[in-house]
Amino acid sequence: MTGIGTPVLEVRNLSTHFMTRRGVLKAVDDVSFSVGRREIVGLVGESGSGKSITGFSILGLVDPPGRVVSGQILFNGEDLLKMPPKAMRTIRGKRIAMIFQDPMMTLNPVLSVGTQMIETVLAHDKVSRAEARTRSRDALGLVGIPSPEERLDAYPHQFSGGMRQRVAIAIALLHRPDLIIADEPTTALDVTIQSQILFEIKRLAAEFGMALIWISHDLGVVAALADRIMVMYAGKIVEAGHVDGVLREPRHPYTSGLLSAVPAAVPRGEPLRPIPGFAPSPLSRPSGCAFRDRCARATGICATEPMPSIAADREFRCFHPHLWSAA
Amino acid sequence: MTARALLSEDMLFGRLVIGIGRSPKAVIAAIVCIVLLFAAIVGPYITPQDPYDLAVLDILDAKLPPGSESMDGLVYWLGTDGQGRDMFSAMVYGLRTSLGVGVFSGLVALVVGTVLGLIAAYFGGRIDALIMRVVDLMLGFPTILVALMLLALLGQGLWKVIFALILVQWATFARAVRSAALVEKNKDYVEAAQTLGISTPRILIGHLLPNCLPPLIVIGMLQVANAISAEATLSFLGIGLPITEPSLGLLIANGYQLLMSGEYWISVYPGVLLLLLVFSINIVGDRLREVLNPRLGER
Amino acid sequence: MTVFVIRRFLQSLAVLAVTAVIVFIGIYAIGDPAEMLIAPDASPAERAQVVASLGLDKPLWEQFFTFAWNALHGDLGRSFVFNRPSISLIFERLPATLELTLVGLVFALVIGIPLGLLSGLKPNSATDEVIMTGSIFGFSLPSFWQGMMLIMIFSVWLGWLPSTGRGEVGEFLGIRSSLFTLDGLTHLILPAINLSLFKVSLVIRLTRTGVRETMPLDFVKFARAKGLSEKRIVFVHVFKNILIPLITVIGLELGSMLAFAVVTETIFAWPGIGKLLIDSIMRLDRPVVVAYLLVIVSLFIFINFVVDVLYSLVDPRVRLGDAQ
Repeated sequence: MTGIGTPVLEVRNLSTHFMTRRGVLKAVDDVSFSVGRREIVGLVGESGSGKSITGFSILGLVDPPGRVVSGQILFNGEDLLKMPPKAMRTIRGKRIAMIFQDPMMTLNPVLSVGTQMIETVLAHDKVSRAEARTRSRDALGLVGIPSPEERLDAYPHQFSGGMRQRVAIAIALLHRPDLIIADEPTTALDVTIQSQILFEIKRLAAEFGMALIWISHDLGVVAALADRIMVMYAGKIVEAGHVDGVLREPRHPYTSGLLSAVPAAVPRGEPLRPIPGFAPSPLSRPSGCAFRDRCARATGICATEPMPSIAADREFRCFHPHLWSAA
Repeated sequence: MTARALLSEDMLFGRLVIGIGRSPKAVIAAIVCIVLLFAAIVGPYITPQDPYDLAVLDILDAKLPPGSESMDGLVYWLGTDGQGRDMFSAMVYGLRTSLGVGVFSGLVALVVGTVLGLIAAYFGGRIDALIMRVVDLMLGFPTILVALMLLALLGQGLWKVIFALILVQWATFARAVRSAALVEKNKDYVEAAQTLGISTPRILIGHLLPNCLPPLIVIGMLQVANAISAEATLSFLGIGLPITEPSLGLLIANGYQLLMSGEYWISVYPGVLLLLLVFSINIVGDRLREVLNPRLGER
Repeated sequence: MTVFVIRRFLQSLAVLAVTAVIVFIGIYAIGDPAEMLIAPDASPAERAQVVASLGLDKPLWEQFFTFAWNALHGDLGRSFVFNRPSISLIFERLPATLELTLVGLVFALVIGIPLGLLSGLKPNSATDEVIMTGSIFGFSLPSFWQGMMLIMIFSVWLGWLPSTGRGEVGEFLGIRSSLFTLDGLTHLILPAINLSLFKVSLVIRLTRTGVRETMPLDFVKFARAKGLSEKRIVFVHVFKNILIPLITVIGLELGSMLAFAVVTETIFAWPGIGKLLIDSIMRLDRPVVVAYLLVIVSLFIFINFVVDVLYSLVDPRVRLGDAQ
């Protein structure tokens, strides 16, 4: 399922590699997915699984020694990877916006919040400064910052973490983009503020008809938010599908492993079962299925690369998927 | 210990040698440093004349351009100065003085600074506060200003210059040692050593000092270069070394008046030698800093 | 903000007081003040009169108050050579030194910042390597020798620029400076370059380190994600962050440049306080030396104070009084 109508974003066979001194690190390895209009997609994985790099690849913000080596990123049908840097800049912040993980670090400490918002307006639209200021103020109001007019002149250190993340969201909303990529935007926040922000983003995305890619390591968060979920492991998407389906009937052993390690997903009284072993070093992944060393179901065939299987609205890469009888 | 073990990555010394070896620029600079140090040590044996033995000087040979020949067949490859002194010989002797003053004052400052830095880090509290106040005060003032003040009040002289150079340098070492030692001090094994009743000096020297070595080596190199440069500057100004201890700075100063009349070699060659010396030491020191501190911290 | 300024001001006064004590000890306790402050050829009557006026026959603490009291009133003794109050000699020559130092500082920034940016934005490139090696060369070059070479090349060989003196002084808006006449400008160029080359390397390194430390930060990436131009990211977002350490260090280095002006002024016969100091040391004119030391230290402390205030203007975290 790819949402309603033509997808806003279609990623095909994306590979992003880091050319390090110790070898090529395949951070993102042949990843394909699409995001429909108004759709909220959760991209889940452990740290190091390549989920954040996937987000940065879409915006063309992978820092050296990393590089997108192959694939296509079609945004409204246009390949972003073929776009000249100047044209790419008109997409960033305007059509696709991003919210980062750590609100303490995303705002420039020596520029006022107003300056950082106004410049974002002026980078894309030819409007007067006063007009840009008005728009910035309205955006602050929209994300629930009290007395936005005065707060425009404040500096980031005068805001709490949650408030800063709201400012970052307001900046992302300034141009009403088609797509927002949110890279663990609640991880660095207190639990109570987390749910507020979560709710706020969901509301705003619905209100403005924006699609959302929510990157997270937290299955619980994604379950509460997303329409569809994609599970990443060692640079590959190992399972993708509708959020209820995937969480209720995971096909890939890694997904089920993740689920049995989440407190909320395990029935009361049953022990949590963390997945044995560690994710392989990205520099020396085993051939074939990267999960086979930790997988109870692995057999000899897993040493060859599993191709994606597609069944109903589910997609997974596994030779020995869990089988569920139709409930 | 075999040579292989010495050069292994784990050994500090090995890391330094390998680090220098990886940069051609640093290799050349290190070779220049070694050659100059060697020349300074064996100075009297490689110079054609003793430039300060008045008996061998001939005033008729004064201000000869490079390549001239003296009455008794000696070739002055770098010319002669106003007193008919062979420039090459004078420069080797000057190098001895410059390097001697720089290295000696650097080493004493290193020892003083290390001891005070270790004491400050280990004992903390009031002692630490007192020492660091003085360090801050010293570092707050530019080196050259303190040296000028001191020499203006004390007057010229070899030991006074050395004293001034030590005084302006120790604080840098003390601060570096203190911060390196503080990192180590809070680790468990130091506490364990304390509870085992190991004596304070042994903890300081056996456990804290080794961890201060990397910054000490780097700062030591850079400070020696600074000291050589500072001594030359003070001597050039006429408030450093007396005429009887001619360092490179004094040689340059002596040739300064003759520069305008075209006898460039008297001033330029010692200047080039001084530059070569300081530049090479700095290049090696800079490289060592890169090797020892991959985080690229500056200053 | 005001609290911060006042606190900093009081600290400055404390350092100044400490320095005054040190200089006092240097003259009165270690040396013989009569020896230092009375001309060698003075008659016994004159000697007795100076001893009385300085209170040398009184206890040490009383002498200190006399010294401090006199110093506060600008009385730092009379020059043996010029037979005038030494403080007025210093103030007469101070503008020439300040002019030289400030122009030198501007040169250092104008040359150093662009090179540092160039180097920091393309780390480990050939450009970076050349600039960094050049900067090591720069601070290895003893400043007096570098000055001599400037004279040899630009005055002796090429004959483009004068090598000694300050040249004609013009007046503009009541400020007298050689910046306002062509002759003055040509005289200023070589000494200012000489003084600045000494600091160019430092500016390059600071800028480069700042760029390299700032570029990988999240807010730079976020600024890119907002679609800002690279120009705005470098010159507004990154540069404003670098400005903080730059201002601090540059301010502190201004003091060291003032001190280093001694060397430049000696080489280029620039009629400032540095040359006066060296001349006075040579002529054993000790009251002038003492006056120089106190004035330069006061100046130095004053500069540090101004730097701290400026620093707080650039960094909102300090300005708004949130930092303890």
